[in-house]
Amino acid sequence: MAVARTAPVARLVPAAVASAGETRVLTYAQALNEALFEEMRRDAAVFVMGEDVAAWGGGGIFGVTKGLMEEFGAERVRDTPISEEAIAAVAVGAAATGSRPVAEIMYVDFMGLAMEPIVNQAAKLRYMFGGKAKVPMVLRAQEGAGRGNAAQHSQSLEAWFCHIPGLKVVTPSAPADAKGLLKSAIRDDNPVIFLEHKALYFNKGPVPSGEHLVPLGIADVKRTGAHVTVVGIHTMVDKALQAAEALTSEGIELEVIDPRTLVPLDEETIFESVRKTGRLIVTHEAYTNAGFGAEIVSRVVTSVFDYLDAPPLRVCARDVPVPYAVPLEAAALPQVDDLIAAARSLVRGER
Amino acid sequence: MAGRNSATKRPTRTYLSKDQLATAVRLMLTIREFDEQAMALYRAGEMRGTTHPYIGMEAVGTGVMTALRPDDYVTSTHRGHGHTIAKGGDIRKMMAELLGRATGYSGGKGGSMHIADMDKNMLGANGIVGGGIGLAAGAALTAKLQGSGRVAVCFFGDGALNQGILHEVSNLSAIWKLPVVFVCENNQYAMSARADWSVAGGDPAGRAAAYGIPGVNVDGMDFFAVYDAASKLVQRAREGGGPSYLVCQTYRYHGHHAGDPLNYRQKEEVERWRKLDPIDRLTQALLSGKVLTEAEIAATRQSVVEAVQEAVEFAKSSPEPGVDQLMTDVYA
Ligand SMILES: Cc1ncc(C[n+]2csc(CCOP(=O)(O)OP(=O)(O)O)c2C)c(N)n1
Ligand SMILES: [Mg+2]
Repeated sequence: MAVARTAPVARLVPAAVASAGETRVLTYAQALNEALFEEMRRDAAVFVMGEDVAAWGGGGIFGVTKGLMEEFGAERVRDTPISEEAIAAVAVGAAATGSRPVAEIMYVDFMGLAMEPIVNQAAKLRYMFGGKAKVPMVLRAQEGAGRGNAAQHSQSLEAWFCHIPGLKVVTPSAPADAKGLLKSAIRDDNPVIFLEHKALYFNKGPVPSGEHLVPLGIADVKRTGAHVTVVGIHTMVDKALQAAEALTSEGIELEVIDPRTLVPLDEETIFESVRKTGRLIVTHEAYTNAGFGAEIVSRVVTSVFDYLDAPPLRVCARDVPVPYAVPLEAAALPQVDDLIAAARSLVRGER
Repeated sequence: MAGRNSATKRPTRTYLSKDQLATAVRLMLTIREFDEQAMALYRAGEMRGTTHPYIGMEAVGTGVMTALRPDDYVTSTHRGHGHTIAKGGDIRKMMAELLGRATGYSGGKGGSMHIADMDKNMLGANGIVGGGIGLAAGAALTAKLQGSGRVAVCFFGDGALNQGILHEVSNLSAIWKLPVVFVCENNQYAMSARADWSVAGGDPAGRAAAYGIPGVNVDGMDFFAVYDAASKLVQRAREGGGPSYLVCQTYRYHGHHAGDPLNYRQKEEVERWRKLDPIDRLTQALLSGKVLTEAEIAATRQSVVEAVQEAVEFAKSSPEPGVDQLMTDVYA
């Protein structure tokens, strides 16, 4: 008997993108911080824990949890010892019993230490127990390169989590999305891996105050264009927009899509775009080999093959540990020029 | 092991009613009979995967559970049938789950190693050695945040003593004073690995001192010893005293699982432990203390056999899950 290949993921309808108050300019970190304040005020079951989330600088190495301790106290804003597996596992147990933890792993690179409870407990309890449990937890971490943090503090490991059924994976790029997605993630009844990008924390953008919710599973078309669809996350969204700007003089139009969440993935928005442009570039800071971009390419090839005018391209990090020195790090990461070259080659057949 | 002859009135504050003691006997007999039948089904090829019998260890799960409130939390292990039964689980749904039926606890999606009864705060068996340790601390954290007065009990084996998560969670629970009792079921082996070889320092309870928490060793073949020690540690946790270790010396009569070659231990060793049988000792104590009569115990044995038989028949006559259930319950 034929069954669906991927599990149905409950999606909020786009109408749920509710924006209540006025819009201010905030940084990505401030937007996340505001989401935490609002959700902790709204629901007493929400609590925060992680390494240095309370005391350090008044709240986290990037200030995302700043001030929470002062308002909500040490019971609900908990500094933990350096125990990544325990942080993740305790979050699972707390979530399965009615709490809504927002736990933090300081760098995504440390997730290796926490994979057991994420992969075998959080993601699977509900299924193993026949739907009788739910695990409404958010595990925040930041990833990405560009700040000279070298090989063990610069990776982008989102693909690890996308591979596991039962997890949702969120990768905001804009401050408003950071707020709206974090609020949705906290209200979601599933384990959500919420991956921020360290180079984005101080980026500014308009952020609606109050009840601003961005549903998981709805992509954002950042720029429309007729010739090449570029699907990118995190820092690559801005780089794709820069490439698009640079290519206008050559008459090449890029359509830039930020999926915002990788699981669930709004593949229909991507397919729709490729039906129009006939060309696809996927771009992320994660390694090329077995990165999530390959998954997007595969789905596009499978579903809208007839619309493709050229083989899809991956403009992703080189398959090498992230180096330290400025020129090496820059060379390892996908850059605006790489996107420009890739787009030209797709449109003009240049290789 | 003194004082077992005064079954109902212990020298300590612990006191169990005749009802509670009769229930303990029933639970221990049920655990044994359930796992005997599970092994028989496995050997008959009616059950797939694997099954880990709790036989020989009944006093641990039952003794601890008797010390708990019904709403306290429990996390379990791959050897989880006994914990589920002692927590008040339904043996029909358990047996159906073992046979992969739609009427099982998980609708056939979990099998022996993934039985939970969330309504009874039994947070699941666990296929990962040490997998329940962090979950128990998380449940204890919920109890603390909600002020519910609940305690979490975490069962784990001697093998799990050497998992890193135990250190992380012991430390975290101690500094946060979480209401959790870590119950180590030292049944002397982790598959073929002898605990007296694998556990450095020899005394796992002694490790508790490093975290500044109590570590208690008990005779895990003695229901009363387990119950007494667990009662104190659970009450301490409930009153805000924080976590503790309870190490129960016990033994699994059978192999690690139903297909164990059992080439790594001596028959004489098994015989020595069988002489300490926890069910015999409890029933003897209750008979000599005139708490229960021979006739009452015989009637309980009979009804347990019938109940387990009924559970097997229920399971066998239940339908397998439809393939339409394959992709449900992945996400809430
Ligand atoms: C993380 C992990 N490693 C290894 C195994 C395989 N395994 C299953 S049970 C077991 C032995 C566990 O021994 P112990 O903790 O003493 O429990 P017991 O079986 O004696 O009840 C092993 C090695 C596993 N399931 N999970
Ligand atoms: Mg063992």
